[in-house]
Amino acid sequence: MNTQSLSRYSGAAILIHWLTALLIFVAFPLGKYMHDLPLSPQKLELFSYHKWLGITVLLLFLPRLLVRIAKPPPTALPAPAWQHRAASVTHALLYLLILLVPLSGWLMSSAKGVSVVYLSLVPLPDLVDKNKELGSLLKEFHEALSTGLFVLVALHLAAAIKHHVIDKDGTLRRMLPGRNT
Amino acid sequence: MKSLSRWFLYGLIWVSSVANSAELSQVQHDKSSVSFGYKQMGVAMDGKFRKFVAKLNFDPSKPAAANAQIDIDLASIDTGTSEGDEEVAGKQWFNSKAFPSAKFVSTSVKSLGADRFEVAGKLSIKGKSVDAIAPFTFKPQGNVGAFDGTLLIKRLDFAIGEGPWADVSTVANEVQIKFHIVANAAPAAAAPKK
Repeated sequence: MNTQSLSRYSGAAILIHWLTALLIFVAFPLGKYMHDLPLSPQKLELFSYHKWLGITVLLLFLPRLLVRIAKPPPTALPAPAWQHRAASVTHALLYLLILLVPLSGWLMSSAKGVSVVYLSLVPLPDLVDKNKELGSLLKEFHEALSTGLFVLVALHLAAAIKHHVIDKDGTLRRMLPGRNT
Repeated sequence: MKSLSRWFLYGLIWVSSVANSAELSQVQHDKSSVSFGYKQMGVAMDGKFRKFVAKLNFDPSKPAAANAQIDIDLASIDTGTSEGDEEVAGKQWFNSKAFPSAKFVSTSVKSLGADRFEVAGKLSIKGKSVDAIAPFTFKPQGNVGAFDGTLLIKRLDFAIGEGPWADVSTVANEVQIKFHIVANAAPAAAAPKK
């Protein structure tokens, strides 16, 4: 293994990457689960937790961009051109959906008249006025975008495993904490 | 001279008492509203009741003689979602099949100065009656007047939200009932109803 394969992402980028991954892995199934629950105090609590997770994902986006600008990712490891292109497209779409999924959820909350009070402490402004039709429409959007994000994460994960297990290159390890060599 | 100014003063009092003696008694339901506010997981929520019947007799110059009554059709609630509307009609909430309406009947009205007043009375919901006080403002406009006030209640005083819903950390115990009532003076001055 050459030294290039072990040039890692910056510590901050690694932290934000895994934190976002963890939040998505909790928020996505939680969203699916709570949606079908009969109305109960537990359901109301879970909706709030889901919103807080989503807003945290949104909040992490800004430092993620700043880190990416300050410390650009290491150059991609050698691979066929189509794979590099596929990776770039997937990453760009992942960024887009990491932004749009929580944003559509926030919009939907506003339209449905249940504002977001982040961590029960910080009331977030309503992005649109209360409107039932718009609320239902945004719910469809939020669900479709979430499914899109789920598919992209699955692709991203499959590619990482393929690099690690089949190609046996350092792609996955560059996103794991450790010393740069 | 002295007696002339006295007569003038009497005249003024008479004119002003005539101007103020218009007692409001006809509620314009299409211009009135009853809404409510509460907190759910720390989030301020609101809703309204589409159907209610309000009766009142109110003369701002004689608040002590005033009285008011309001009957709210609980099945006409709008919580913002059909899921919520169905839930609150259930036994744990209003049990609106057995207790279809909420009723407020005033026992006394007093002036708090300027355009502010306070009405005290009994609020009955779900078979339970509790003394309640609501400060309100009164804004006259010709023969029409608008009453705006808020009644603060604790929902658990009326067993609204039983079982798991009795946990006030999700749906707060405090509920504000906001009323905006528009009323006419004499029936003669009332606009003909279509």
